[in-house]
Amino acid sequence: MLSTRSIKTTAKEFAIDLAIQMVDLTTLEGQDTPGKVRALSAKAMRPDPEDPTCPQVAAVCVYPDMVAVAKETLGSSGVHVASVATAFPSGRAALDVKLADTRDAVEAGADEIDMVIDRGAFLCGRYLEVFEQIVAVREACARPDGSAAHLKVIFETGELQTYDNVRRVSWLAMMAGADFIKTSTGKVQPAATMPVTLVMLEAVRDFRAATGRMIGVKPAGGIRTSKDAIKYLVMVNEVAGTDWLDPAWFRFGASTLLNDLLMQRTKMKTGRYSGPDYFTLD
Amino acid sequence: MTTENNAGTHALDARAAFEYAPAPESRAVVDIKSSYGLFVNGEFTDATEGRSFKTVSPATEEVLAEVAEASAEDVDRAVKAARRAYTKVWSTMPGRERAKYLFRIARIIQERSRELAVLESLDNGKPIRESRDVDVPLVASWFFYYAGWADKLEYAGLSTAESGPPKPLGVAAQVIPWNFPLMMLAWKIAPALAAGNTVVLKPAETTPLTALLFAEICQQADLPPGVVNIVTGAGETGRALVAHEDVDKVAFTGSTDVGKQIARAVAGTDKRVTLELGGKAANIVFDDAPVDQAVEGIVDGIFFNQGHVCCAGSRLLVQESVAEDVLERLKRRMGTLRVGDPLDKNSDIGAINSLEQLKRIRELSDVGDAEGAERWTAACDLPTKGFWFPPTIFTGVTQAHRIAREEIFGPVLSVLTFRTPAEAVEKANNTPFGLSAGVWTDKGSRILWMADKLRAGVVWANTFNRFDPASPFGGYKESGYGREGGRHGLEAYVR
Amino acid sequence: MTPPADARLDVRKTYKLYVGGGFPRSESGRSYEVHDAKGRFVANAAYASRKDARDAVAAARKAFGGWSSRTPYNRGQVLYRIAEVLEGRRVQFVEEVGFSEGLGKRQAEAAVDQSIDRLVWYAGWADKIAQVVGGANPVAGPYFNFSMPDPSGVVAVIAPQQSSLLGLVSVVAPVIVTGNTCVVTSSHERPVPAITFSEVLATSDVPGGVVNVLTGRLADTVPTLASHMDVNAIDLTGAAGDLDHARELEVAAAENLKRVVRAPATEPDWSVEPGIERMTAFLETKTVWHPIGI
Repeated sequence: MLSTRSIKTTAKEFAIDLAIQMVDLTTLEGQDTPGKVRALSAKAMRPDPEDPTCPQVAAVCVYPDMVAVAKETLGSSGVHVASVATAFPSGRAALDVKLADTRDAVEAGADEIDMVIDRGAFLCGRYLEVFEQIVAVREACARPDGSAAHLKVIFETGELQTYDNVRRVSWLAMMAGADFIKTSTGKVQPAATMPVTLVMLEAVRDFRAATGRMIGVKPAGGIRTSKDAIKYLVMVNEVAGTDWLDPAWFRFGASTLLNDLLMQRTKMKTGRYSGPDYFTLD
Repeated sequence: MTTENNAGTHALDARAAFEYAPAPESRAVVDIKSSYGLFVNGEFTDATEGRSFKTVSPATEEVLAEVAEASAEDVDRAVKAARRAYTKVWSTMPGRERAKYLFRIARIIQERSRELAVLESLDNGKPIRESRDVDVPLVASWFFYYAGWADKLEYAGLSTAESGPPKPLGVAAQVIPWNFPLMMLAWKIAPALAAGNTVVLKPAETTPLTALLFAEICQQADLPPGVVNIVTGAGETGRALVAHEDVDKVAFTGSTDVGKQIARAVAGTDKRVTLELGGKAANIVFDDAPVDQAVEGIVDGIFFNQGHVCCAGSRLLVQESVAEDVLERLKRRMGTLRVGDPLDKNSDIGAINSLEQLKRIRELSDVGDAEGAERWTAACDLPTKGFWFPPTIFTGVTQAHRIAREEIFGPVLSVLTFRTPAEAVEKANNTPFGLSAGVWTDKGSRILWMADKLRAGVVWANTFNRFDPASPFGGYKESGYGREGGRHGLEAYVR
Repeated sequence: MTPPADARLDVRKTYKLYVGGGFPRSESGRSYEVHDAKGRFVANAAYASRKDARDAVAAARKAFGGWSSRTPYNRGQVLYRIAEVLEGRRVQFVEEVGFSEGLGKRQAEAAVDQSIDRLVWYAGWADKIAQVVGGANPVAGPYFNFSMPDPSGVVAVIAPQQSSLLGLVSVVAPVIVTGNTCVVTSSHERPVPAITFSEVLATSDVPGGVVNVLTGRLADTVPTLASHMDVNAIDLTGAAGDLDHARELEVAAAENLKRVVRAPATEPDWSVEPGIERMTAFLETKTVWHPIGI
């Protein structure tokens, strides 16, 4: 029902700019190179080079070995570096390896860690093990100066399948100390869906009511159009509340979404539909 | 002590032996008048409103001449003269006779080539090596080539179902830029005249002199009055010419912005239009390319004519695996480029054409700095007077940098990297422009694959910036429409 | 008035758009009554909106890479296949062209036959046009240099208002045979043959998105297409006679320098054999240089 709400034009302009600021611009490919990551980072800082009023995205999301390159390019721009870790995307490795993976990324300068849970353990009921792994990774996020990288916990809801599982794992992760809960790796279909995100939004809303602590939500994968993004934002507003309409508490894990947002933004400014030639493909 | 001295002297001698002596071309070959009128109906006449502007040598800022500024009334006079000449003489003259006039012009250009080259370098700032070896020979060849078409139009394969064999359009309004003043004139006038049209041409306000010398050549060739008219002036003059009601054809080479204005101005009329506009060409170097050859091509692609080239290879896309090696060699080669006096035969790079253009190059280069790209410039001493910009490359550039998207139109190269052929194509095509592209690889099948996928009007493979009157030139997308050169170039001037 | 007891009530059709190979309803959700030449109700057709136009452009862009990469031989086969399927539906088209344009049976038959023949004519051009407009260029230097035609990209086509099938085929075939994809706005008052033609396309071997057909008012979609920055060219033939509007569209098209075929003063006589100009209007010339050496 919420997905059919239409919003005012001015609200739409606001929503598009907000959505841009919520994007975790992502490249998680075996073929990633320093050149590719630099290009993506440049785009993160200047999504529309010809329009200085265009906001930056929230973060660039890369593999741990690319963190240093991203960090160097992004400098003090304010765009965060998020790194996947813990044997992303499958999570099939020993805990030691996962922790080393995490520490590596944090040492290289990652501001945020996107870890994957052990779905195998979760599906055979070893919830405590999943919980303890999150706690351990959370500890590995600590920096020597006492601060810590933000921890996002990826559920891979496409593998958990049921809404009951999504709700259960949401609570489990939040109680284990996640700063963000995230739907998917983007490597498994289906990735983010509206209903799954709805369940997670309800969970963070209820968790805050119960504990006073606010947790962020990040749907990732499969969100490609401005229309989709706005539907998500309407849902965030209606389910979790206005407080979550903030890049600190809601993110989109995406790569192609950004250009659609930019094209829509240009359409609203010029009155003309734009095309891919006018936006960078990095 | 003595030995040391000797050794020192020898070293100095060795260096001195390979110092190039200044080798300036003599200015004396060309006689520049202190003032020039408009060339209308075969005669030089004053502008009706008596306005004029100065043209300077960009290398020294010396004023070369006062040039009349054509008003709307002058433009009208010129169009009327062209119409008269079209109706009474040129369109009814047998093709073989038109051909002979064009051959005659071509010959005179060859005979006066030194004069034309020196004047071009003086007024434009380009090195004499280029005006002498590239521009002027191409100008002559353009007239020779189209002269031959004048009496063979019915064989050009341009007959249409409705109107039969090709016929001229009438009066052509032609507006050309300052980067190749005489060459652009030839690209416009030669096919127009061959097909039986008459022309009113407006050269750029910073480079009017060779067009006016060309007017003298028309007189010398006894070309019937009114067949070629040259009106000098700036944007206002150009607008009046394009908008004139009695013009049948508009041909423009210049910026994409002005091209769009022209496209709007002619909307709803019967005027035929060809536009040759801006570009941001990708010059793509694969890991298997012959590196030194590619480096020459990169240098030719961006530093030829100070980068004042719409089809310049201004985006170097180099495969990430060989980027360091290519850049190192490129920098070394740039160190041997000689920037300086355009009339010196040893100069590789001349002056920036105008202060306005120099400001634009500086501004966009500053943007490159601000966006975090790394600037590198070869060490070179620039003259203190005149407009100069050293050959410059920016590394660490991505598609999200303005210097990778906007046309700088100067000796500034943006260097990007790619991983796979598909990514190279994607980045090369990721622009509103589509004028040209370069590909450097040893593999034939890859060249053809790339050439097929690149959305650009000219693809240079293992070469760059080659031009020929038999070879169609022109762009896709916002680089304009229509082709110049070859049989295709003729098509733009017939119905 | 109560119908007689033995009368069968006809099933009235509400047509949809043809976008990306599918038949979506208009995003506007609105439709209009189509009448025959005598003013009798024929069917409901969809009012395409500017968002439908946008979706159609996106579909055409998506289809462009694949369609333009097909071999010319293959594109010729596909066009010939359209002619075959059209021939198979000849009776239906004769009826629809007849009531749409108010033609007698014989005239309608002639229009349909000419439409089929025109498709066959253009089908044959697929693998010949490159040799007619391209070739090797004898440059003065050690270079191999050749020019070849390349499709402009996504073309917006305002189909003729009067000639509902022959006019439509005559403007669509030359655009797609060379590898372009298109968004076509059909005749506003006579959309039924265009809709049926969409069904022909959907059941031929034409990939989805190569031709997209929008019905409705031109004012709802054409300005969007003319100003759309991802449309490479526009054919204004269907705006014949409405030259003020055509001028406005040409001005909008200048924003990204679309190739424009201007509107004629009156709709052309479509029975005349066309030349190659409708193809070359939407072709770029690409010239490739390579050094010759050992």
